[in-house]
Amino acid sequence: MSDVSQDNDNERGTLFGGGVDIKRALLEGRAFFALIAIIIIFSILSPVYFSVDNFLTMSSHVAIFGLLSLGMLLVILTGGIDLSVGSTLGLAGVFAGFLMQGVPLEMFGFVVYPPVWVVVILTCAMGAFVGAINGVLVAYFKVPAFVATLGMLYVARGVALLMTDGLTYNNLEGSEALGNTGFAWLGFNELLGIPISVLVMVAVAIMAMLALSRTPFGRWVYSTGGNARAAELSGVPVNRVKVSVYVLSGICAAIAGLVLSSQLTSAGPTAGTTYELTAIAGVVIGGAALAGGRGSVRGTLLGAFVIGFLSDGLVIIGVSAYWQTVFTGAVIILAVMLNSIQYSSRKASKPASDGTTTSPQPEGATERSTATGSTTGKAGAQS
Amino acid sequence: MNEQAVSQDAALGRVILSAHNIAKSFGNVHALKNVNFDVHYGQVTTLFGENGAGKSTLMKILSGVMQPSSGDIILEGEPVHFSSTTEAQRQGISIIHQELSLAPNLNVRDNVFMGREIVGKGGVDYAEEARQTRQLMEELDEPIDPLTPVEDLRLGQQQIVEIARALSVDSRILIMDEPTSALSASEVEVLFRVIRDLKSRGVSLVYISHHLEEALTVTDHAVVLRDGAMTAYARREDIDLEWIVRNMVGDNFDLGSPPDGYAMGEAVLSLEGITVPDASVPGRAVVDDVSLSVRAGEIVCIYGLMGAGRTELLESVAGRGEISAGRVLLHGEDITRLSIAERIENGLVLVPEDRQRDGLVQTMSVGENLSLASIGAFTKGLLTSRGRERQVVQASISNVHIKTDGAAASIGSLSGGNQQKVVIGKMMATHPRVVLLDEPSRGIDIGAKAEVFKLLSEGAAQQGLAVVFSTSEVGECLSIAHRIVVMSRGRVAAEFGADATKEEIMAASGEAVVA
Repeated sequence: MSDVSQDNDNERGTLFGGGVDIKRALLEGRAFFALIAIIIIFSILSPVYFSVDNFLTMSSHVAIFGLLSLGMLLVILTGGIDLSVGSTLGLAGVFAGFLMQGVPLEMFGFVVYPPVWVVVILTCAMGAFVGAINGVLVAYFKVPAFVATLGMLYVARGVALLMTDGLTYNNLEGSEALGNTGFAWLGFNELLGIPISVLVMVAVAIMAMLALSRTPFGRWVYSTGGNARAAELSGVPVNRVKVSVYVLSGICAAIAGLVLSSQLTSAGPTAGTTYELTAIAGVVIGGAALAGGRGSVRGTLLGAFVIGFLSDGLVIIGVSAYWQTVFTGAVIILAVMLNSIQYSSRKASKPASDGTTTSPQPEGATERSTATGSTTGKAGAQS
Repeated sequence: MNEQAVSQDAALGRVILSAHNIAKSFGNVHALKNVNFDVHYGQVTTLFGENGAGKSTLMKILSGVMQPSSGDIILEGEPVHFSSTTEAQRQGISIIHQELSLAPNLNVRDNVFMGREIVGKGGVDYAEEARQTRQLMEELDEPIDPLTPVEDLRLGQQQIVEIARALSVDSRILIMDEPTSALSASEVEVLFRVIRDLKSRGVSLVYISHHLEEALTVTDHAVVLRDGAMTAYARREDIDLEWIVRNMVGDNFDLGSPPDGYAMGEAVLSLEGITVPDASVPGRAVVDDVSLSVRAGEIVCIYGLMGAGRTELLESVAGRGEISAGRVLLHGEDITRLSIAERIENGLVLVPEDRQRDGLVQTMSVGENLSLASIGAFTKGLLTSRGRERQVVQASISNVHIKTDGAAASIGSLSGGNQQKVVIGKMMATHPRVVLLDEPSRGIDIGAKAEVFKLLSEGAAQQGLAVVFSTSEVGECLSIAHRIVVMSRGRVAAEFGADATKEEIMAASGEAVVA
């Protein structure tokens, strides 16, 4: 057996995702080059843009979208979509705020102030619960993902508004006496000079990367999105996979909600409105196919950074908020357009070479470029 | 039929379209090498050849889908050049593709006139369109109402609608690419009647089919392609099936015989009164009280027409689809309630009929497809082991003889036969005891077919696998199967040993024996 693996040493990278893969590098290169271009342009336009401090600040903003995009990536890889993440983020913030204010237990006649770590766990559980509802609707009740999660977008936002009567929780600091201080740690503290929120995103990204490339679950996610029927007949528990990705997306949204309310030291019921569209844009800029089955953690992170660094850059050089919206939308469209141009040129040159080489399937490529084009257009216009 | 073909009409049989030294290359790949090919007036010319022999490329050139790299097309003595299908159609050449190109949501009338609507003063003249459609359908002896939605038609009728569309543009030459691959025997009969009728009206036909016997009953001329070159031409009356097969593959070929010389084991798979309800018609059963027992080392063939319930039976045994009554026993244990994954774990696997829809994940590489069903075998703790996976994949590639650039190649780069071997290899990697295969030879060439059958027969003989495969080609029943079970309308109609005759089997399936 050892000689067999020896013979195929050069295939290792392409088959198992790691290593040098020119095809994938080209695909993701688009987002990477866009990020480099953004950094160069804003560094020229503003003297304060190119500094470690500013990069860290911007990265802590990116963390919010990055977390949402990572959860969204899992869902999109299975061929679904999760429109409820923005609302879940808002609901998570409000839920955490509610817990921090103390939970009155009337039958016992006193108020419980849970410590911060309990608040974090309960909030994540709440996000998982919202995701589980989405997942069960999609997997078992066969509700189209777009519709199920659109409904959840309204429901979660409505619940958040109901919980606070439309008001915002401002007192998230807790107090020494009650033993529930430390909520601001997530949003303000640093470890080795790096904001905690960025570290949280990196940790989630590493877990997602490992899960996707090295666990059976990851293979199940890709195969469910590539061809659910074939996956099912190969023994993949397709329905459980679907529920899992929505649960994970819900948890990511809850974490993002905790980070955001910690950064703002307040939890408002309208936080995170339209963030789902930015999250989708990040995934799509990162080269994922909305039809499912194609996409990577690396690409998605790059996509989130492109959006974050661009919008912060526009703020720094003092462009008006209205123009920021226009620019962001245009960049999303441009980034994805480059992707489809890249693809169609490769497709056209393909038949000239011998037909047996490994090439992306043409039909998959067109599907992706049209699908991504339309969604990002929408995302860009509204975000 | 032959009397008709040889009838003494002076015009009949003269060459109407001919291809001279047609060559087509894609880079270094020569798909066609100086092919000469004639189409005869009012007669059928059939192209025989394995997958990848160049049949479809040649037809695409004749119908204007592609342009040849060199060579001429001569229509009625004049050299012609088609830069598009519309141009070819204007000259009277139409093609009916393997995958029908009808819009299922529209009705027959709208499909026939799609893109060429008759426009009167007040918009589209639906009445005139309907009148012409009705007339066409009557001429084809298939009086379907023009307002019937196409999705309500059987596949055979849809094909007739395609033909009507071709006739409505006054096609003189009609190219049919695998028209019978999804038709039942009775629908094939209707199609062949229509073809004879078209011939008598002076339409020339070019026919491509994997069903050699069927094609022989309808053709007047036979042309064989191999590796992009024309290897043989003959008139129908001079040849037989063996001649075609010999010229297609180069030497004598047979699909094997039942493996022997070993003792079969215990019954490993037992079906007891399996009944599967029809999803679309309440109260009807697509599989009706089927009982069957298969021993270790035994190969059983299930023969039946389209709609006989073969696919539904195999899928329900594999765990997809609802069973309303009956039990599935594996090694004597009831597995009726288990999930697909649990059945695979217990050693029961299904190779589905439609490999594009149910067998392959197109976005994944050859290697990832091969290892999909056996991920557990190379998972330690939470993580998969790349080294172990590579071993599993390499073993599969060499065990089932997949021709590929390597495990990283995309699935789309493989030929149909090799894709089928990937699906089989994927399921074999789970080390099953019982293998169910639904039409394992569908859409693959005769060479690949023989290899697949050889694999199955070796598996049964050497590893004691219990193999159940279904087919709609009688010839395949009489190859490696020890036992032939004929299904008809959801029930087991008859059971034969390996010494059955084609006539017996076809009669039991309710199929009219083609003379």
